Amino acid sequence: MKKRRPVLLPALALLIALPAYADRYPVPKNAPYQEECASCHMAYPPQLLDANSWRAVMNGLPKHFGTDASVDEKHRVPIVDFLTRNAGGGKTGVTVDASGKPLLRISETARFVRKHRELSAATFKRASIKSPANCGACHTGAAEGDYNDDHVRIPK
Amino acid sequence: MRRIQSVLITALLLSTAAHAETPRDFLTRFEKEAGATASVERGGRFFASKQGSDWSCTSCHTERPTQPGRHVKTDKPIQPLAPAANAVRFTDTGKVDKWFGRNCNDVLSRVCTAQEKADVLAWLMAQK
Repeated sequence: MKKRRPVLLPALALLIALPAYADRYPVPKNAPYQEECASCHMAYPPQLLDANSWRAVMNGLPKHFGTDASVDEKHRVPIVDFLTRNAGGGKTGVTVDASGKPLLRISETARFVRKHRELSAATFKRASIKSPANCGACHTGAAEGDYNDDHVRIPK
Repeated sequence: MRRIQSVLITALLLSTAAHAETPRDFLTRFEKEAGATASVERGGRFFASKQGSDWSCTSCHTERPTQPGRHVKTDKPIQPLAPAANAVRFTDTGKVDKWFGRNCNDVLSRVCTAQEKADVLAWLMAQK
């Protein structure tokens, strides 16, 4: 009986920890991504779009959701490499619109829409939130890649 | 060996000195490009006014750029723009050119003139 404990305990710990890992999207360290992209918005987890979507985003930076986010080629190329290397994953799936074109907004992907279906457009527009681009407004651990439901606090 | 060492150290010191820029260096550069001196007053008006789009500089940097601002769309905190409050501002050519490029296009839908850059920098340098 005593002999089974070392196996049982880590297995139990893993089971308890698993749900918390389900909504974890830590952003791997990357200097040009932080410098060129995360000065205007949070460093979105590359895992939340597929590689084709990231390529499309990075090909349209001079007109990036209504702002000029131009990045010179010296920095753009390594960022594309970083984003596509870390892109996608099982839960994100293929991020295309109905016509098959790569989606540019994480907030339009099927997983995002499903996960946020209980929230109205008005909630996202609150002064304390501003837009779905502001993950950290509700996901208190977003900066550390923690999107677990238990750590969501929707501001008034 | 010692001599090589001292030559290397001198070269290193010289190269750092050549790359470290100050807000004053940029002001001189923009005034030279404009062929005219900067106006603090004109820079202040420029910073606060909307010109061709929904945004002014103050939309993100606030009317008091010695204070932190917030990105008007994403709410991301922005460190103060005035050199007196944030010593890293206007010390790197790559960054200065990049941000004038992006932000002038957002606010004015065109590039800024050298005169506009000189004016706005002179005003920012006057904010304490």
